[in-house]
Amino acid sequence: MTIAIGFEGSANKLGVGIIRDGVVLSNVRTTYITPPGQGFLPRDTAKHHRENIIDILRRALKEANITPQQIDCVCYTKGPGMGAPLVAVAIVARTVAQLWKKPMVAVNHCIGHIEMGRLVTGAVNPTVLYVSGGNTQVIAYLQRRYRIFGETIDIAVGNCLDRFARVLKLSNDPSPGYNIEQMAKRGKKLIELPYTVKGMDVSFSGILSYIESMAPKLLDSGECTAEDLCFSLQETVFAMLIETTERAMAHCGSDEVLIVGGVGCNKRLQEMMGVMAKERGAKLYATDERFCIDNGVMIAQAGWEMFRSGPVTPLEETTCTQRFRTDEVEVTWRSDS
Amino acid sequence: MASPMEICDSTTWTLVKQGAEARVYKTQFYNKNTIVKERFSKSYRHPSLDEKLTHRRTNQEVRSILRCRKAGICTPAVYFVDYSSHRIFMEEIPDSVTARDHINNLLQLSAEAAEQKLQSLAQNIGNTLAEMHNVDCIHGDLTTSNILLKKGFEKIVVIDFGLSFISGLTEDKGVDLYVLERAFLSTHPNTEHIFQIVLESYKKRAKKTEEIIKKLDEVRLRGRKRTMVG
Repeated sequence: MTIAIGFEGSANKLGVGIIRDGVVLSNVRTTYITPPGQGFLPRDTAKHHRENIIDILRRALKEANITPQQIDCVCYTKGPGMGAPLVAVAIVARTVAQLWKKPMVAVNHCIGHIEMGRLVTGAVNPTVLYVSGGNTQVIAYLQRRYRIFGETIDIAVGNCLDRFARVLKLSNDPSPGYNIEQMAKRGKKLIELPYTVKGMDVSFSGILSYIESMAPKLLDSGECTAEDLCFSLQETVFAMLIETTERAMAHCGSDEVLIVGGVGCNKRLQEMMGVMAKERGAKLYATDERFCIDNGVMIAQAGWEMFRSGPVTPLEETTCTQRFRTDEVEVTWRSDS
Repeated sequence: MASPMEICDSTTWTLVKQGAEARVYKTQFYNKNTIVKERFSKSYRHPSLDEKLTHRRTNQEVRSILRCRKAGICTPAVYFVDYSSHRIFMEEIPDSVTARDHINNLLQLSAEAAEQKLQSLAQNIGNTLAEMHNVDCIHGDLTTSNILLKKGFEKIVVIDFGLSFISGLTEDKGVDLYVLERAFLSTHPNTEHIFQIVLESYKKRAKKTEEIIKKLDEVRLRGRKRTMVG
């Protein structure tokens, strides 16, 4: 029996989760929400994390109904993410690990998403679409690494949606992407937007600048509604994501597809992916907001796998890094090739 | 001789491959062995977006193939295009293998025997790409699956121009190389030195190489930024 605790705070979500051999004992999270029209800045986000982490940690332990002595390893997000929030959370992880005299495991955030997705859905060897505010990657496992087959060559899809939400001054509560999704449901007219796919890679910055500059004109002239714009943006960027995912699946001969990351909660994205998967005789795996959106338990799950299959991270190496590629981590815990 | 109606009757064709966005059939077209590439609609995307993409890609594919052939680059000859059903009738490349399978087979062999063949293939790819870019043709989806090797493995044939476009910008050429680099290294792990040979041959043959390679480095760095927050 192995119990792992995970600390996550690489962006505006702060979470602590505890897992025991595949059973989620607790998964507590809070989100730093900024006023409409504003994004979250590193310094303020770190301050939010510092102010809330002790409370979140207490609640996670209480909910799991365990004592610190029962924990086997303390896992934290090493990166990728925003520097200041990452460091704020790592300090707490480091402190409790020393207080409780437990080993530490440094976890790659993206690997956390993938492993949690595999655990929750039961997908064995899926092609993974990882979509969030900071990441857009199409990943498949090959020779002991999660290899990136396709990704954005500029901004992440979630960033594109979030920044468009700022143009429309949509609320950031619970998340800008959620509010775009709700607006899009009422949209009817498809406005033509740039569609940029380069092999298995995608690009969103052109679409964002185009829609940012066109939106005021289109709305003022009454040519379309804000709902139509949300609808058009979603339809266009999601079609690009599905297309590149399908290309990667064809390339790897894969018949499973898993969606992870915050944008992965979007029902329209899941629906489109489901249609694609069905047409090619593949199976779609998706999770809900508890596990799609950044959380502590996913870090605990990836750390649990690493703890059981490889060395722990010595205290002096428990640093953070803003740039940490998914394919930098050797996957020691999977026996398939 | 079959009538045009019969030629377009897909029930007599043999399905060779069901790809992500097109079906590939084998048939006869005026007594020539022919490949038909038929783009079908993708029901996950909005109908008007779907129609626009399907039409645009059929168009782009044919245009780029012609442009490449004029420049002496090996691509299948186009016999006939039917825009209403999004079908392209083109020359069959007999007894060909994809560069992907070829490389994987070579990697199974002993290192020494494989190395030389891999190097000559890499040079070949680099040269062909340079010539393609010299006529401003951007492939858009360069992978080792989209490069065929004719019998004897000496001549390479580039296929699948659905995402191609015409551009003289170094940015577009740099991205095209970047796409190949990423596809190459993720499909064939630990072959960095082979891809280096592709780039070296490209540099010798292409125009404005310095700027293009500079762009490639820039795009790679942009890539680093991708792993920001999540």
